[in-house]
Amino acid sequence: MAESKDGGLVFKPMDQFLVKPLFGDGPVGMLTITNVTLWMFLTVVVVVLLLVVGARGRNLVPTRMQSVAELLYGFVYKMVEDVAGKDGVKYFPYIMTLFIFILVANFLGLLPKFGPLPSAFTVTSHIAVTAVMAMMVFLGVTILGFVKHGAGFLSLFWISSAPLAIRPILAVIEVISYFVRPVSHSIRLAGNMMAGHAVIKVFAAFAAVYWIAPLSIAAITAVYALEVLVSFIQAYVFAILTCVYLKDALHPHH
Amino acid sequence: MATDTGVEKAASSGGMPQLDITTFPNQIFWLLLALVVIYLVLSRVALPRIGGALADRTNAITGDLAAAEELKQKAQDAEAAYEKALADARAEAQGISAKMKEDVQKQLDVEMAKADAEISAKSAEAQAKLAEIRDNALASVNDVATDVAGDIVAAMGGKADAKAVKAAVASRMKG
Repeated sequence: MAESKDGGLVFKPMDQFLVKPLFGDGPVGMLTITNVTLWMFLTVVVVVLLLVVGARGRNLVPTRMQSVAELLYGFVYKMVEDVAGKDGVKYFPYIMTLFIFILVANFLGLLPKFGPLPSAFTVTSHIAVTAVMAMMVFLGVTILGFVKHGAGFLSLFWISSAPLAIRPILAVIEVISYFVRPVSHSIRLAGNMMAGHAVIKVFAAFAAVYWIAPLSIAAITAVYALEVLVSFIQAYVFAILTCVYLKDALHPHH
Repeated sequence: MATDTGVEKAASSGGMPQLDITTFPNQIFWLLLALVVIYLVLSRVALPRIGGALADRTNAITGDLAAAEELKQKAQDAEAAYEKALADARAEAQGISAKMKEDVQKQLDVEMAKADAEISAKSAEAQAKLAEIRDNALASVNDVATDVAGDIVAAMGGKADAKAVKAAVASRMKG
């Protein structure tokens, strides 16, 4: 920060992640209408517009919006069917909910600031949000496994294809990795979203310097393009990992 | 530094806003609300509708394919029927032509036989006529020979006995 004098170069890449009340300046309580509320609401609106209004026609030859909705549907449906198996299709609405929420929230968070409107807020960049979703998946899958298989679900940790002598060691490793799942599941998404957005903000701060501005803008463009890709990929990764965990719950025997 | 104090305070206090636990209840509450709303909208309205549209399309396509298959089968059947009719007609034509040929042959045979019989009858008649002529000629030869022999005898100055001459000629003719 060589030129960090008053009004000069200011690095505040994390400010975009601040949770602020939308009206007034009070403390953030549980029911306070915050920017989180706004962007969650926008996410719901976009999902409804895309999957309900867009697919309203049920045309034999789809319209553009219907085509997008059908592509998303087919994409996630096939993923659930391929990864979790035929009996995993029952849980397709849950996985679709997670996928479409993350996807739309990620993309909405990439909207540039427009005029006096508040700048975009990426709800999925917050560990509180991703951790809740990861814990929902973790608990849901674990409970499902025990309900379906009883104690037999524990055979997930007892690798019968390995030599008997190292099975206890593997079991310990498997149990640890099982409990680490929600951690990696949530931090992967939040970390990816946060890092990319923070990097954009860092480059944006450099744009204030006259002779670096062109380079800075080119870098922002490049990182932005990468972020568009990452937004999709992270939603996909979250959904496919959910499918993998679901498969373990439905078929714990290796 | 910057003038907006509210933001400044929060930013400088914790470093990462993600780790500010005081905002967690707020985020979690709105997240759960959003997820529940999305889940209800998807499971009640959106997913059945999109799934239905996809199923309709699949059915329409398979239906169209089946109809096309049926039409193709019909066309093949029609072609087979046409081929069969053609073959039948050809066979019939061949049968008619064979029968015709046979009839003609039969008629021809009859005519031939008739002609043969006529010819053989005519030739037998001619043969008979020829034999008669020859017999006549032979008889004439006898008479002429007798006459000539009698004349020769008379010319020789002998007295020709008609009976003797005749006998002599007959014996000569035999030998």
